[in-house]
This record gives sequence, structure tokens and C-alpha cells, in this order.
Amino acid sequence: MIAQLTTSERQFAMVTLILLAVAGLVLAIAGRDDLLGGQGLLIFLAALGGIFAIISKYYSPEPSEGRFAYYYDDPTKAGIVIAMVWAVIGMFVGDWVAWQLVYPDLAFDAAWSSFGRLRPVHTTSVIFGFGGNALIATSLYVLQRTSRARLPDQISPWFVLFGYNLFCLLAVTGYLMGITQSKEYAEPEWYADIWLVIVWVVYFAIYMRTLARRKEPHIYVANWYYMAFILVVAILHIVNNLAVPVSFGHAKSYSSFSGVQDAMTQWWYGHNAVAFFLTAGFLGMMYYYLPKRANRPIFSYRLSIISFWGITFFYMWAGSHHLHYTALPHWVQTLGMTFSVMLLVPSWASAANALLTLNGAWDKVRDDATLRFMMVAAVFYGLSTFEGSFMAIRTVNALSHYTDWTVGHVHAGALGWVAMITFGAIYASVPWLWKREGMYSARLVEVHFWLAVAGTIVYVFAMWNSGIIQGLMWRTYNESGTLAYSFIESVVAMRPYYIARAIGGLLFLIGAIVGCYNIWMTIRTAPQVTREPVSSTPDSVLVGTPALQPGE
Amino acid sequence: MFGFHYRLERKAIGFVLAIIGVASIGGIVEIAPLFTIHQTVEAAPGMRVYTPLELAGRNIYIREGCYACHSQMIRTLRDEVERYGPYSLAVESKHDHPMLWGSKRTGPDLARVGGKYSDAWHVAHLNNPRAVMPESIMPAYAWLSRTALRIDDLGGHLRALRAVGVPYTDEMIANAPADAYGQTAPDSPQAEGVTKRYGEATNVRVFDGTPGDPTEMDALVAYLQILGRLTDAAHKPVASAGR
Repeated sequence: MIAQLTTSERQFAMVTLILLAVAGLVLAIAGRDDLLGGQGLLIFLAALGGIFAIISKYYSPEPSEGRFAYYYDDPTKAGIVIAMVWAVIGMFVGDWVAWQLVYPDLAFDAAWSSFGRLRPVHTTSVIFGFGGNALIATSLYVLQRTSRARLPDQISPWFVLFGYNLFCLLAVTGYLMGITQSKEYAEPEWYADIWLVIVWVVYFAIYMRTLARRKEPHIYVANWYYMAFILVVAILHIVNNLAVPVSFGHAKSYSSFSGVQDAMTQWWYGHNAVAFFLTAGFLGMMYYYLPKRANRPIFSYRLSIISFWGITFFYMWAGSHHLHYTALPHWVQTLGMTFSVMLLVPSWASAANALLTLNGAWDKVRDDATLRFMMVAAVFYGLSTFEGSFMAIRTVNALSHYTDWTVGHVHAGALGWVAMITFGAIYASVPWLWKREGMYSARLVEVHFWLAVAGTIVYVFAMWNSGIIQGLMWRTYNESGTLAYSFIESVVAMRPYYIARAIGGLLFLIGAIVGCYNIWMTIRTAPQVTREPVSSTPDSVLVGTPALQPGE
Repeated sequence: MFGFHYRLERKAIGFVLAIIGVASIGGIVEIAPLFTIHQTVEAAPGMRVYTPLELAGRNIYIREGCYACHSQMIRTLRDEVERYGPYSLAVESKHDHPMLWGSKRTGPDLARVGGKYSDAWHVAHLNNPRAVMPESIMPAYAWLSRTALRIDDLGGHLRALRAVGVPYTDEMIANAPADAYGQTAPDSPQAEGVTKRYGEATNVRVFDGTPGDPTEMDALVAYLQILGRLTDAAHKPVASAGR
């Protein structure tokens, strides 16, 4: 890795790491009386590790000029491996907290291991650790292929990858220590938030610099989505995290907004983290890997334009459906509901575009579990966007809100759509990246596929049941006109579904572990020469003129 | 339309600007007016701010992720009002940076839990929820009673909150640690300052049942006991609540 950096890039890396180490040391000293001290120390040690790694290889020979003829895929390879590590961590913690709801004493009388602290560890590890690394890794891969240009330099992708993982690490260790802003999916505190902004600017710069050198006149649709993901997440992150720290030596900060304005800002962020992190980014993934794997061009170019701008415009209005019947003004709730329902059009346009692309390749879907992962992902994308629009209707939301139905809906999207498309993309790209015929074991991909499908279905059905029962019990009246059930009776009624949910999650986790083993064995047996030359001709699948299939 | 797009997608900068423009509209239309339309937040003269001890308790509530399972937002639905009390008003979380409305009820709503149970019940429940509610699936927070509360930096917390708009006075900021101590020690000389600065109705007592330096249990119980009681606006008829 370091051997591929030019001397000036090694010097740049050293300067960056030294600045980071100093920043970490300053935070460690300023925050020595606070939890911030531990976080500063973590930054310092991470930077120190990087400095030692650079020094140890500082005088190795420079890479040859011939590198410009090849794509630069090492950050993608590292990103895929890191994403899988986060997947296992995040899903393990998720299943652990699921069992805590069955056996509440699984927390061992420790502060760090109670549900409230572990839950953000789960959400951050799977969304930002697994999902985020997968997005960064695949976006760099897709960007180069669809632009037919090598990344602009060797250092900035590593800065983005490692910087982003430092952010994730600060977030997760912070929760365990008791550092959180309490804003769902935006829990990290001010110092981590500022660091992420720096990382994100460099990420965006990589995108623009590579696009500027592209040999394709058109920007491919996958990149529209990746760009929307990068840009809009930046806007959301900055606005929602505006806060005033107690002091430079305190991890704690107070949000700039309060009450109803804060609630609206938070769910504008929260829902669009779903939209632009978990939807737009992964649609970018789908628009490259699904047609490539199926060897069919995208069904309709116009449909992808309509769905892209529909998603970009409509989603940003939908956040207020998280606040139906609350103290948020009625007109904002109504706008949120209206746009959430309209969102079904671009969402289903995307799902249909994906599934119709598979026309003529359904035999491959049958035989190839990797492509089947992507197909099932598109189906779950269609199902959960329909469910989402339905749940955003005010009267439906009266029943579903605050219940496990929401949790089931989120996991239909997260397991069924996000994780499935990611596993499909990873199983497709690992053999491409490490230059192998296929995965180490096609049968293990098959095993993973069925574990993932079974786990998702068990999970989602359990949560539909528990959510609807909960919602109904809370609003049931007896003949004398009083509430029929106490709250604790609804808790007791949840127990069988919480057990089923934890088992569904366990199946999904086992599947991910099988996937890790398979990927590891594929990499271990890979040949040494793994570079891919920059293509001199447009990709026939992506520009829409594939070789005719037999019988066409 | 598609012809225009055919040209747009050849321009990276143009495409970036288009994304930013299209994506910004929804947020601007829905969020900006909430700061300018005065009816958004009801007037509640006499609403008080959190005492330093209650604020420290609120920060423990945040730190332990209580909001992941407990909402603090009673919706305008009949069954919720009958189960939990009058529906929540925007003004009640006016001083909440951030708000803790929550999104999930694995446990019940807490917006009006203040005064509903005794301090002793809360302490027993937090030490071991199954001691008072055998079917409960809430984690035990026994270590809160064993952990001393950090109060020396509370002035800084109040100052940061004032920077974002909460009306803490210089006197409140200067006396924050003393007030936190005084609120848990009714017989101490510091106790008087608490009621002087935050009102006669402020709860001043040994919340965790053990006299001495304040613990994290003191702070959390003090916070739970003030939930829904910073203002009585929600209990007034709707017609007068807006005045």
C-alpha cells in the first residue's frame, strides 16, 4: 500500500498524520478531566500507528510511471474487507441487543453493555461501518470504470477510507463510554462531526477530479446517485449537527436547535439519511453491478432520469412524517405525508428499472446466487418503499408509530435492500478485483443467500406481528369505555416475537460470517498480479449495446 | 426535457449544482418557517428552566440512551391522552437542546411521568426494574447509585445552553455547582439558593434516599420528577394556551 505512493505522497501522508496526532494530543490534554481525553488519545494512537507504517516503508522504491495505465483498486479492496468486518460487529451487537429484550439481564450490570448504549453501536456499525465502507469502496471502483479514468492520485482515497473509519471508531467507542448527542443516526459529538466534514470534502474532491478527467462524455447514472449521496449527506450532516460544545475540553455539546425546530431538523436529517445514504448510494451500486452481472444494459434510460430527480426532490420533504400528531404544526405534517406518498412513483420506477433489466437474464438469476442477491434486493426495495409510503399516511401512522412495525420496516429496507445489494455487489467485485474466475465457493454464496433471505423474512414478519399487536393493544377500549390493557401487558405480549426476531437476526449474522469466510478464502488463493488496465473502449453493457444473446 | 438532461449529464459542475438546488427546496420550505411563524411555539409565561441538577440528570438520560425506548411526546390521540395525560405542546420542549421526543415505545411515554411515582419507587425501579415490575424488560441501572455526580463543570453547561438561547442568568451560571449540591441537601445552606433562583415549587430533597454528595441517581430521579412540570400550559384549556 505505502509502496504505491510517490515520495511526495508519502511526505503528504506524514504531514497529515503528524497534524492529526497533534490534534489528538491537544484533545487528550484539553479533555483530560473528561471522556474527551480518551477519544483524543484514540486519535493520537491511530495517527501514531499510521506514522510508523509510513516510516517503515518510506524508502521503498517509488511506483513506476506505468501505473497510470491501470485502475487504482487497492482502496476498494481494503474498503470491502473493512466493510465485512463492520458487518459482523454491527450485526453481532444488533443480535445481542435483540436478546437483551428477551433476557434483560444480558447486560451484566455494566454501563457500557446496556441496551441504550449498545443500540447506537449497532446502528452506526451497520449503517456507517458496513454500509458506508461498502459505498466508498464500490463508488471508487465504479467511478473509475464508468469514467475510464484512474483515480487522480494514490493518497486521497486512503485518506478518505481511513479517515472515515476513524470517524466510525470514534463514534462507536464514544457510545460505549457514554458520549452521544442523542440525535438518532447522528449520535457522534462535535469533534467527530468536524472530522467527518473534512473527510467528506476530500471524498467529493476525488469524485470531481476523476470526473474531470473522464473519457466518457456522459456521466453514468450510477455516479449521479453516488454524487447525490455525497452532496446531500454533507448538507444534512452539517445542518443537523450545528451545536455549541461546553468547552474545548468537553465531549458534550448542546444542539443549536431546540424543541419543535430541533425535531423537524432531526427527522429531516434522519429520513434523508435513509434516502441519500441507504437509498441513493445503494441505487448507485445497483445501477452498476446489476447490469454488469446480468450482462444486460439498464432497461430504460428515461426511467432512471425520472426516478433520480424524483428521489432527489421528493425525499427531502418526507421527514415530517416521523412527527404525525405531535406538536409539529399540522401543515408540515401534511406536506410530509403528501410527498411521502408521491415518493412511491420514483421509488417503484427504480425498482422496476432494475427488475426489467433482468428480462432475458432470468436463467442467470436462477443459477447465480450473486445476481439473485441483487434481484431480491430490488424486490425488497420495492416492498419497503411501498410500506414506507403507506406508513407515512397519517391515520396509518397513528397505529404504527412508536411500535415495532417501524423497526420491522427499517429492517426490511436495511436487511432486504441495503445488505442484499451490498452482498451482491461484493460477491461480484471480489473475483473481479482479485482476478479470479469466481468466488472460492459458489455453494457458500448460495448458503449465505438463503440464510439472508430466511433471516430477513423471519425478522420482518416477527416485527409486523409485534408492531400491529402493540399498536392495537394501546388503543383498545373495553365495554366500560376505558383502556383495556396496561402498558406492561403489551410488553408481555411481545415476548414470542422478540425471540423470533432475535433468531432471524442470528440467521442473518451467520450468513454474513459465511460470507466473510468465503471472501477470505477467495483472497488467499488469488494470483499476485491483480492490476486492471484503464479501458480504451466504452463498456458495451453500460452504453447500452450488448452483444446479442442467442435467440434474439 | 430528456434532451436537456442529455446535455446536463455531460457537465459535472452543472449536475452538482442541480442536485444541491433540487435537494434544498424541501428543507427550506418546511424548516425555515418554523423559526419565523410565531404560532409554532405557544407562549408559556412563567415556564422555568432546568436546574443544574435536573440538567445533569437529563444528560444521564441522554448518555444511557433512554430515548431509544421511551418517548416524551404524547400525540393528539384519545388513547394517548387517557393513558399518559394532556397531549404535549411545542412550548414544553422549548428549552430542550436537543429535544427528546423519541421514536419508539419499548417502554411507556415519559412526557408526564414527573410526580407520578415517588422518588423511592424510581430508585428501586432504576436499581432493578424487575423488583417493582416483574415482567419489565428494562435494563438495570444499579451503578447510578454508586457513581458520584460530576458537578464542578455545570456552570459551563449552563453557559453553553445560554449561547443557544436558554435564559440562564449570570447568577445561575456562577452558582451552578452549589445549586446542584443544594437541591439534594434540603438542610444545607446551599438549598435556599435553589428555590430563590428556580422558584419555590422546585423539588429540593434527597432524591436517592441517601444523604451526602449527589450521585448520578439523584440527578436522574430529579430530572424524571420534573418531566411535564416545567409549565402547566398543557393543562390549561386550548383557547388560553396560545396567549
